[in-house]
Amino acid sequence: MKLTLKIWRQKNNIDKGQFVTYNVDNIPEEASFLEMLDILNEGLVVKGEDPVTFDHDCREGICGACGLYINGHPHGKFKNTTTCQLHMRKFKDGDTITIEPWRSEAFPIIKDLMVDRSALDRLIQAGGYVSVRTGGVPDANAIPISKHDADLSMDAASCIGCGACVATCKNGSAMLFVSAKFSQLALLPQGQVETYERVQKMVARMDELGFGNCSNTYACMAECPKGISVTNIARMNRQFLAAKIAEPLKK
Amino acid sequence: MKELNSKIPAGPLAEKWTNYKAHQNLVNPANKRKLDIIVIGTGLAGASAAASFGEMGFNVKVFCIQDSPRRAHSIAAQGGINAAKNYPNDGDSVYRLFYDTIKGGDYRAREANVYRLAELSNNIIDQCVAQGVPFAREYGGLLANRSFGGAQVSRTFYARGQTGQQLLLGAYSALSKEVERGTVKMYPRREMMDVVLVDGRARGVIMRNLVTGELERYAAHAVVIASGGYGRVFFLSTNAMSSNGSAEWQAYKKGAMMANPCFTQIHPTCIPVHGSYQSKLTLMSESLRNDGRIWVPKKKEDAEKLAKGQIKAKDIAEENRDYYLERRYPAFGNLVPRDVASRAAKERCDAGFGVNNTGLAVYLDFKEAIDRLGQKVVEEKYGNLFEMYERITDDDPYKTPMMIYPAVHYTMGGLWVDYELQTTIPGLFAAGEANFSDHGANRLGASALMQGLSDGYFILPYTMQNYLADQIGVPRFQTNTKEFDEAEKQIREKINKLMAINGKQTVDSIHRRLGLIMWNKVGMARNEAGLKEAIEEIKALRKEFWQDVKVPPQSSGMNNELEKALRVADFLEMGELMARDALMRNESCGGHFREEFQTPDGEAMRNDAEYSFVAAYEYQGPDKEPVLYKEELKFENVEVKQRNYK
Repeated sequence: MKLTLKIWRQKNNIDKGQFVTYNVDNIPEEASFLEMLDILNEGLVVKGEDPVTFDHDCREGICGACGLYINGHPHGKFKNTTTCQLHMRKFKDGDTITIEPWRSEAFPIIKDLMVDRSALDRLIQAGGYVSVRTGGVPDANAIPISKHDADLSMDAASCIGCGACVATCKNGSAMLFVSAKFSQLALLPQGQVETYERVQKMVARMDELGFGNCSNTYACMAECPKGISVTNIARMNRQFLAAKIAEPLKK
Repeated sequence: MKELNSKIPAGPLAEKWTNYKAHQNLVNPANKRKLDIIVIGTGLAGASAAASFGEMGFNVKVFCIQDSPRRAHSIAAQGGINAAKNYPNDGDSVYRLFYDTIKGGDYRAREANVYRLAELSNNIIDQCVAQGVPFAREYGGLLANRSFGGAQVSRTFYARGQTGQQLLLGAYSALSKEVERGTVKMYPRREMMDVVLVDGRARGVIMRNLVTGELERYAAHAVVIASGGYGRVFFLSTNAMSSNGSAEWQAYKKGAMMANPCFTQIHPTCIPVHGSYQSKLTLMSESLRNDGRIWVPKKKEDAEKLAKGQIKAKDIAEENRDYYLERRYPAFGNLVPRDVASRAAKERCDAGFGVNNTGLAVYLDFKEAIDRLGQKVVEEKYGNLFEMYERITDDDPYKTPMMIYPAVHYTMGGLWVDYELQTTIPGLFAAGEANFSDHGANRLGASALMQGLSDGYFILPYTMQNYLADQIGVPRFQTNTKEFDEAEKQIREKINKLMAINGKQTVDSIHRRLGLIMWNKVGMARNEAGLKEAIEEIKALRKEFWQDVKVPPQSSGMNNELEKALRVADFLEMGELMARDALMRNESCGGHFREEFQTPDGEAMRNDAEYSFVAAYEYQGPDKEPVLYKEELKFENVEVKQRNYK
């Protein structure tokens, strides 16, 4: 395949950045999108040019490291697909492909297509856990959990923390990400003990870190590579309201 | 000569760990605050250890190579985690899990370590459930189990096909809790360049900040290496792109020993290689073997037609199919351990029965399962795996059989550690895949997650205290000492040397060539002549690398090519040690199959009289042969038998 690539190049967070056009040839249809970029980079290295920097690791759709804005969609336009799982057979010979980094206030660009997503870690640190210590816990089968709830919890827990939801949101909101973690724990008895505290702390942290608010466009769900549902956002909003009334956190 | 002391506690097998805990030294809470621990890596072992140390009150610095600890490659484990809970009431017990793991490892692991692992397996499940890990459940609300490659009981706990992800996110959440409390400081996008020794003890590390390119110094009272395995020495593997063996290798060069480096696990069910540009291989969970049947054509002409695309799998009549695992191993059938299944696939493909155009693939067929259970049930069990397969290959496994072939997956070898998980350098510990301790010559499915978490949650918190108990008087370390200066100077020289070569070959192109040597000669089947050739070829390639590699300077501090070059420089040395170890071991055991040592029907032939030992190597300097130490393995609680899955 022959392709024209328009790639965002930016030396660092201060640099203004610009699109640079590259032509690549002989791209095998079976190659993944990231392997196509490997081929481009191998050529750039041989020429002594800066290869294009992008995050990637497991290359099987589970680590959440990769994330490119491809032709205006995070991870490309195909449903339930991460960038690394996108294969070149989904494109046509002669196509022009535009590749950009995640663009969001909370994700400063580090270089080229690589952004700093440490804000997502900070969100989890605010309360995305059950406060148990190692050891001294009851037998695993001591608390029966309905299969229905366990399955819903697992659906929410499938989030890979790639940040596509934030990148695609016109408000730069992290509601889908936060509500997925919140819901995973809220649906299980182990997590319910701290629900009110958790929801208030995580929402406060979200504001603190510069994420925007949710205005229910559902773009996040449409673009999520793991199909995380916006019903998680509704669940979190309900609990947030209840928490504010029942047990507001002291300022 | 150093002495290899495995420090196995006295007493009957089942009481060793209890005895250890009863007699170990403790550190009081006021003193814990004064002690610093460095953890390299945030996979299951690293994250669980760091979180637990933090909870105990130590000061912890933890480093990861990715942008977030949640991305460590433990996340990619699909199938599950073993535990001896015996919830299904099918006859399981701690002893049986211990026995299966020792036997699965082909009697090349320590009894005491493996028993402790089996003992702790139940605590892990309790811990993870308490953290909110959404394991699969039955309709009654209790935990579900499934059977997994190589086991005759259902002892595997799972969270769909994403068990590793869920366990890692559990450990990551525990870690995040401690980061918030301030007991753990997290340093992402850092790679370990060296361990710093002061008076023979591990006292710090030099890290490279992958964003700025700066070298950074960190000091501590003890260091834990939990940086995973070195399977990427083969270039193509199921490991993540940043997985590497360099932290282990630097520790080795500083005096820690590498144990059983040739024991590599080649996983039987991966998507076959399809092109020279390919960057990695994808695993299809072993759980598929519970319902999938593996076959190749009985007739060579059918295989030839398949290769040319003239016929498809469905055109081959039932009587012309060779379900070779069921034929050779009627008792275990498609569920034989990984090493056995991988070799059997290689044997059929080498004999000319491969089913795709490269001749290196076999079928994994779900037709019988779909007929028996219905598509809906199959979809529920394996839906996400089928989807993953279709995405990569453009083939629908509900309609045509999957094609699979073995690929490098895990390294059983690693840093030699004693019962306390301490290497031969005092104060330097190794956990998870980075150590050699529990899997012998072959790891059973669903055992890696178990080992990573038992090391991190339940072993290191005890043994680390025992080590630090006499360190309470040692004040915090400064990093402006001559030891740190010297270590940093050597790294700078190495980096400058690499950048100055300015040759013609890219790092990846050399890495690919190393991978081919390893795969062809130090892979699934090895022989004396091939291994000797491999050693020479790797030496030559290493020389070529240092004369002709191209590592271009970059406009900012970040330099991906330099990162890769530093790792490949180490792989070019590790590969040689792996080949040497394979050449030394004149027997076949587990994942190590020497063609000269097999039974008349092609099964692995161990030599217990001469090779029932752990091979630990001590570094002697560049291009010098390492010194081999032997830790004899004593089996007092199991009868050592030839493995038989027939």
